[in-house]
Amino acid sequence: MFKIKAENLPALFRKIAAEQELYLPVKEAGQVNFAAWSENAEVSLDTLKTVKSPKDAFFPQSENLYSCVKDGKKISIEPGALKEQNFVLFGMKACDIQGVKVLDNVFLSEPVDTFYAARRDHGTIVALACHEPEESCFCKVFGIDCADPVADVAAWMIEGELYWKALSEKGEALTAIVKELLTDADEAKVEEEKQVIRTIVDKLPYSNLSLEGWGEEDYMERFNSSVWEELYKPCLACGTCTFVCPTCQCYDIKDYDTGHGVQRYRCWDSCMYSDFTMMAHGNNRNSQMQRFRQRFMHKLVYYPVNNNGMFSCVGCGRCVEKCPSALNIVKVIKAFEKQGGEN
Amino acid sequence: MQELMNRAKELLADGTVARVLGWKAGDLSYNPEPAFFETEESLKDFVYNGFCGANLSKYMIAASKFEGKTLICLKPCDTYSFNQLIKEHRVDREKAYIIGVGCKGKLDIEKIRQQGIKGIESISGAEIEDEAETLTIQTIYGEKTCAYKDVMLERCHVCKGKEHMIYDELIGESKDTKDADRFAEIENIEAMSPEEKFAFFQKELSKCIRCNACRNVCPACSCRKCVFDSDKFDSSQKANVDSFEEKMFHVIRAFHVAGRCTDCGECSRVCPQGIPLHLFNRKFIKDINEFYGEYQAGEDTDSKGPLTNFDFEDVEPGIVAERG
Amino acid sequence: MSIENKEEFRPKIVAFCCNWCSYAGADLAGSSRLSYPADVKIIRVPCSCRVNPMFILRAFEKGADGVIMCGCHPGDCHYSTGNYYARRRMTLLFSMLDYLGVENGRTRVEWVSAAEGVKFSQTMNEFVEKIHSLGKNVRLGDLRCRN
Repeated sequence: MFKIKAENLPALFRKIAAEQELYLPVKEAGQVNFAAWSENAEVSLDTLKTVKSPKDAFFPQSENLYSCVKDGKKISIEPGALKEQNFVLFGMKACDIQGVKVLDNVFLSEPVDTFYAARRDHGTIVALACHEPEESCFCKVFGIDCADPVADVAAWMIEGELYWKALSEKGEALTAIVKELLTDADEAKVEEEKQVIRTIVDKLPYSNLSLEGWGEEDYMERFNSSVWEELYKPCLACGTCTFVCPTCQCYDIKDYDTGHGVQRYRCWDSCMYSDFTMMAHGNNRNSQMQRFRQRFMHKLVYYPVNNNGMFSCVGCGRCVEKCPSALNIVKVIKAFEKQGGEN
Repeated sequence: MQELMNRAKELLADGTVARVLGWKAGDLSYNPEPAFFETEESLKDFVYNGFCGANLSKYMIAASKFEGKTLICLKPCDTYSFNQLIKEHRVDREKAYIIGVGCKGKLDIEKIRQQGIKGIESISGAEIEDEAETLTIQTIYGEKTCAYKDVMLERCHVCKGKEHMIYDELIGESKDTKDADRFAEIENIEAMSPEEKFAFFQKELSKCIRCNACRNVCPACSCRKCVFDSDKFDSSQKANVDSFEEKMFHVIRAFHVAGRCTDCGECSRVCPQGIPLHLFNRKFIKDINEFYGEYQAGEDTDSKGPLTNFDFEDVEPGIVAERG
Repeated sequence: MSIENKEEFRPKIVAFCCNWCSYAGADLAGSSRLSYPADVKIIRVPCSCRVNPMFILRAFEKGADGVIMCGCHPGDCHYSTGNYYARRRMTLLFSMLDYLGVENGRTRVEWVSAAEGVKFSQTMNEFVEKIHSLGKNVRLGDLRCRN
């Protein structure tokens, strides 16, 4: 285990950025999101949750798959470039890391998504333990320990010092790059901090949420429940929850007419939208209730059923904070809890 | 709030209304959600406090098709949106029983968070009855306080007034919370150089994640199918390309509601990235006022909107360049 | 397309012309042997009122350096009042573009009747010159449309 003083972090960032691309929480126009580091970037490591999750680094909101360029009678096709440059994601939280695992199950199983795989291969994650978890957090419910994140490097910010521990080969390699800036440290302080964080987590209002009845094979009762009819009503059908979510992985593929060719791009899609999975015959979910139900059934039932019980919600609480109508997955879970599984 | 709840129960009981459209208490102290209540019993979850910023007018479009009357709670600024919807024949006045509810300014949880307050357990001072100047917030990290005024929604600082434009009855006192000039921000931007203006909007709009919350929450955006959702319209609606698409979406969104936007501020309230979307709408309002005379959408239900009207002597588009 | 990078800047101008006036005005300019730059691409519309603000933005997006809309003189609209509505719309739209930091010389509205071939040619010459001095439109174009 190593450590570095907080005031020396810019030097650390500079060092990493000299070798690799570096993405970390940056405040831009009042909001903190993961963005490329630069000398004058306003880095905000204190921010618990960036507005968007850092899943963009592996699965960008939009990316070019290939372009066709027309020149006279000739058409040339250029495939979109795969990530070749190594990069570091600094300051990811435990919930977002679990979110990446959820995405891995989708994109790295056959057929492998080469764009995603290339980014995963070239990315090194430096996880940062959550210093002050908030009331909207419920990662504990999904068995995530935000005090002890597991990634290539794990880090803790304690009393103005960043503790650093490499956990993988990639992590060791990154440590070697910044070695000269780090000093040796013992684990006592970190263990203490972990305990403090865990005590806070236990006090959070959502930490005792029960997932009983979710993630089971026999789900038709839940699917047909009348609870949905009540729950969806305030839903505005915007895509906020899906776009800030670290695990939402649906996308759309579209062509853009550039005037001298076509650009085929992939962009995030939202199951809340009326044109989601639109086909020639129309849409297979044509009411907002169905779309709303789809989102939560996917997170809490379909995904775990297909992935050995792993939920595709990680309890980051972004939807809790951002939904314009104050709806969220917690309210859904609670509504069913109240019903006790009856309809 | 008790009075409001009692009255709602009464009206439900005597059959005047078939349901109540209000706010339901959330599971945290600050997240009530818009809700329909159909029984007296369900009204136990009814809540009305400083966090009930959501404008319920738009839900009335759906409720106009329901059986029977709907009791709808409208704050003074919401009544402008409601009037505008009546004017556009999107809601049925006969299907609504409007209770004008008192308002003393609504709170913005984002502003509370920006003050560094986190781990919120409970908030006192947000109830409509207590005329608290400060909010006392219990958090996991200790007790915090903040001035009510400092954490009000942007729209409340440019409050249109405490009068309800339309109602069947009024319950509760309202307070005019205006303490800023509605067009001050716009004027600041207008005074910038083109380079500064461009840089400002580029920075703000680059944050846009294309979630469409601004559009979907907007009471004036009531098209059944938005042009931006059409599969025949060649736009990369969902791609957050950091160039022209976002500007086009936001300019057109504001343009489609120009002359109809009541400046209710919902777009800015809901934006997950905190983009000051009202700057677009308000610019159109300011221009309309300057070029075609003062106009406040939603003040009445029968006047002609500025963009469905004209005057022989209107200014020429060249004025934009002349103004410099 | 690649010419403009190597050689002198040739602006791309889109002109929305009303069928009943300026489109005929353009015709008259042609038959009167009055010249106007070939950089102007005319799109015929049934009335200036047909011009949706989106058309203007789309033109910029796809690479136009300037957009001009020509309609009948106020009072002379073939459909009586179309151009009055168009006038309000364009005033507001141009003001918004100015507010966004787009140079206000890139947009223009001109009333040109079917008899004003000379005015049409003059207007276009002036407008092209103006856009020439403003240079390439970099603020409103879509990056993907460049090559």
